[in-house]
Amino acid sequence: MHQERIVRVNDFALKLANVNGTGSASANGLLMQAIFRMGIPVSGKNLFPSNIQGLPTWYEVRVNKSGHTSRALEYDLIIAMNAETYARDVKEVRSGGYLLHDSSWPLDASLARADITFLGVPLAAMCNEIFKSSRERTLMKNIAYLGALVALLDVDMEILDHMLEEKFSRKKPLLESNHRALRAGFDYAKSELECPLPFHLEKMHATDDRVLIDGNTALALGCVYAGATVAAWYPITPATSVMDAFKGFCEEFRKDPETGKNNYCILQAEDELSAIGMVIGANWNGARSFTSTAGPGISLMSELIGLAYYAEIPAVIIDVQRTGPSTGMPTRTQQADILSCAYASHGDTKHILLFPSSPEECFYFAVDAFDLAERFQTPVLLLSDLDIGMNDWVISRLKWDDRYRPNRGRVLTAAELEAMPKFHRYSPENSDQVAARTLPGVHAKGAFFTRGSGHNKLGVYTEIPDEYQEVMDRLARKHKAAASAVPAPIIRNQPDASFGIISLGGCDAAVREAVDALAERGIIADYMRVRGFPFDDRVEAFLAAHERIFVVEQNRDAQLRTLLTMETSVKKEKLRPILVYGGFPLSSRHVIDGVTSQLGHLEG
Amino acid sequence: MPSIKKPAVLHPHLRPNEIGLTVRDYEGSMSTLCAGCGHDSITAAIVKAFYELATPPHMIAKLSGIGCSSKTPTYFVGGAHGFNSAHGRMPSIVSGANAANKSLQYIGISGDGDSLSIGLGQLAHVIRRNVNMLYVIENNGVYGLTKGQFSASADVGSKSKKGDANQYSPIDPVMLALNLGATFVARSFSGDKAQLVPLLKAGLSHRGFAIIDVISPCVTFNDHEGSTKSYLYTRKHLMQVVQSDFVPHAEEITADYDAGSATSVTLHDGSVVRFTKVAADYDPRDAKKVSAYLQEHQGKGEVPTGLLYLDEDRADMHEMNKTPDAPLTQIPYEKLCPGSAALNKLLEEYR
Ligand SMILES: Cc1ncc(C[n+]2csc(CCOP(=O)(O)OP(=O)(O)O)c2C)c(N)n1
Ligand code: SF4
Repeated sequence: MHQERIVRVNDFALKLANVNGTGSASANGLLMQAIFRMGIPVSGKNLFPSNIQGLPTWYEVRVNKSGHTSRALEYDLIIAMNAETYARDVKEVRSGGYLLHDSSWPLDASLARADITFLGVPLAAMCNEIFKSSRERTLMKNIAYLGALVALLDVDMEILDHMLEEKFSRKKPLLESNHRALRAGFDYAKSELECPLPFHLEKMHATDDRVLIDGNTALALGCVYAGATVAAWYPITPATSVMDAFKGFCEEFRKDPETGKNNYCILQAEDELSAIGMVIGANWNGARSFTSTAGPGISLMSELIGLAYYAEIPAVIIDVQRTGPSTGMPTRTQQADILSCAYASHGDTKHILLFPSSPEECFYFAVDAFDLAERFQTPVLLLSDLDIGMNDWVISRLKWDDRYRPNRGRVLTAAELEAMPKFHRYSPENSDQVAARTLPGVHAKGAFFTRGSGHNKLGVYTEIPDEYQEVMDRLARKHKAAASAVPAPIIRNQPDASFGIISLGGCDAAVREAVDALAERGIIADYMRVRGFPFDDRVEAFLAAHERIFVVEQNRDAQLRTLLTMETSVKKEKLRPILVYGGFPLSSRHVIDGVTSQLGHLEG
Repeated sequence: MPSIKKPAVLHPHLRPNEIGLTVRDYEGSMSTLCAGCGHDSITAAIVKAFYELATPPHMIAKLSGIGCSSKTPTYFVGGAHGFNSAHGRMPSIVSGANAANKSLQYIGISGDGDSLSIGLGQLAHVIRRNVNMLYVIENNGVYGLTKGQFSASADVGSKSKKGDANQYSPIDPVMLALNLGATFVARSFSGDKAQLVPLLKAGLSHRGFAIIDVISPCVTFNDHEGSTKSYLYTRKHLMQVVQSDFVPHAEEITADYDAGSATSVTLHDGSVVRFTKVAADYDPRDAKKVSAYLQEHQGKGEVPTGLLYLDEDRADMHEMNKTPDAPLTQIPYEKLCPGSAALNKLLEEYR
């Protein structure tokens, strides 16, 4: 069927369907990075199974010259490399789109679609001819389809060549194999297929001052720059790479050049119960210390998070959220730990939460987390998620102000203690409702007993109701005081807006795109992204200023909405949930559909 | 913990130690444990040990879990930093604290419930990490604070106060520590101060993880006939396999160690532990033999005590992690932050 040929430059979406463990990640990453280096805004989402080998895995690449990078749900081109998912993949090509497949074998007629174009490249046959070992034959098929894509999409071959040189500079035979496979795919496409496709790439300069980085790496870097010296953790997807990256950066930046000693200590704990205990112990002693985990770890850490809250010990806990409940889907994304983190532990507890929306904020918020934890002497939970943490995002270059000095909060020095008649741990408090603390070993006058049991404002054990309540009330006021210290919400008001949207974290890109798309249809919305808990006055004001507000988040139970209704004066009915929680990153279409269907419903 | 302040009456003839403090300076508040509780005797031994070692109180970090035993840090060295944490979690908190600041003297006090049930995992791993600390288990075979349930160290057949017999085989912290590679393993009895004080001092001076399992009868729930952790039973079945003296580094070490059956080991800080063998052929540095010896004697219902095993060569947590000599908390921020130039350079790798 002949479709009208509309040329689209730097605006399309691809999906690559692969088999986990066949080396496709490397080819897909190269494609994404090459587009980025061509100066074009791009995003890559890895939709992978919780398995090492054999199951279906997809990688989506969205190219968008305006910089919209949330997930696409419709594809101009699908690269179908997994026979098992072929039928599903063929269905997802938009009408008029393309499907690239391995034509070494004949196509099953039942899978044909008249409204799309099939592009056959004999990948297996080509690789069997060029390579001897079966391993190379499998691996290089990925590079061969990459070669075909270079021709079909007009990827800059010079850039790709350069990237291969960088990657394999020390493995010459591998470099050679990669080049041959790449060429084979490229040459075949050039001679046998119409190149380039109607949608393709052209160099721009939109990413010149940007970087391509994942959230977990950026978080780890933030922890290094914040001056964290002790890290304790227990392996869990999708948080493991935070500690891997932290270790890498420490080896690079924290080895004493003279002595070869490590100016850090990373402890792989036996479980999360222990990891958080180590973090608390280290912070108690005055080291900036953190742990990284996911939902199951938060469950186990809750007991000691309560101890740190009540004994007023700083602690930074990074939660890279994945789907729950229980083990859930370990390699899929969600924002479903909001409530369990806000109130982690038994008794009356309330914590400071930070919600970064991108690797950029992961870096800056990591530093904020340590400052807030020490300033307020309390646990701070930074809630990232798998989409932010494990996918590469194009972000502005991270900047560092060399004048930054950690906010260590109220810690008494030896001289201050010397000059004091007597030190009491939990009084007097300052305007943040925080009392000064002392560090062990600094001065004899600073010694006191830290306890998770009832204590009064002098730090002495108590079971007297008034004394206990006095401390509990101050802790509540202290939590409130943090509202103006956490990152402020980002609010985008528009003239003539008829409703509001609230969201958080990794939903941001999709919501922003949706707000723009809705505006084009004349549906005007104000948008507020909350970035921290406790909520400040601006959150209250936004809630008060709108009759109708949609709350977009990725969990079943509308946890952000619940938190808003519990912690502000908003009426529950005002907040209408838009919930997407299947485990894949959010798309603007989810938001647009959610808003329009509900608006129609409300109006009609 | 509930505590009663001790009246500050100074005896004029109290002898000051090297740093000018008397034994009173190493006491804490008055105990609120039951009169006669073994834990109080251990507290007294700890007071004496710190006094004799002349440790500056504010350089001591005393940590515990939850239980009657875990309350005791309140009752010694009032001038030390204390941390009464959560049930079974003391080991992880000490590990983190120690990672941050290696210059403090760490003592962890725990119970058999705290250490061998809820906290067994953390105990096992603090041993594996060879964290430099003294870990004292005040072992009474019951849960004291929750009023008399069997703990994991109760012997098979041991009777509860209500008369039930325990059916489950016990976890022996000494065998556990030996098997997991603890570098200093001792056992003692709360009623034997003469043995306990030098052991505590040696354990505190040991570089790496030192554990002392102290049989500490619970007079309220586990000091009756039929209990194998009662005063009577323990006194009857106690046997000292090695006698150890502790000679702190500060004192001149000139004694004739090789006389007779004595051997001596110089600890990392220069102090010396002198072993006098009470049992023939007992070598406290041969883990296999120690294990076989203990098994044989425990099988007979005997309770071998003393410094049972010692290894001064194994690297501790800090050595394994190659941390600097100074505590991590003393490294200035300027040295920790790579700065903007390094960041700019690094970001080139993310292009
Ligand atoms: C998570 C948790 N579970 C249960 C308890 C209740 N609890 C308090 S002390 C204790 C047992 C203490 O026994 P042990 O460690 O042997 O000390 P003892 O009192 O005998 O000295 C228990 C189970 C608790 N505090 N925390
Ligand atoms: S109950 Fe037992 S262990 Fe607890 S204080 Fe009394 S005697 Fe000691």
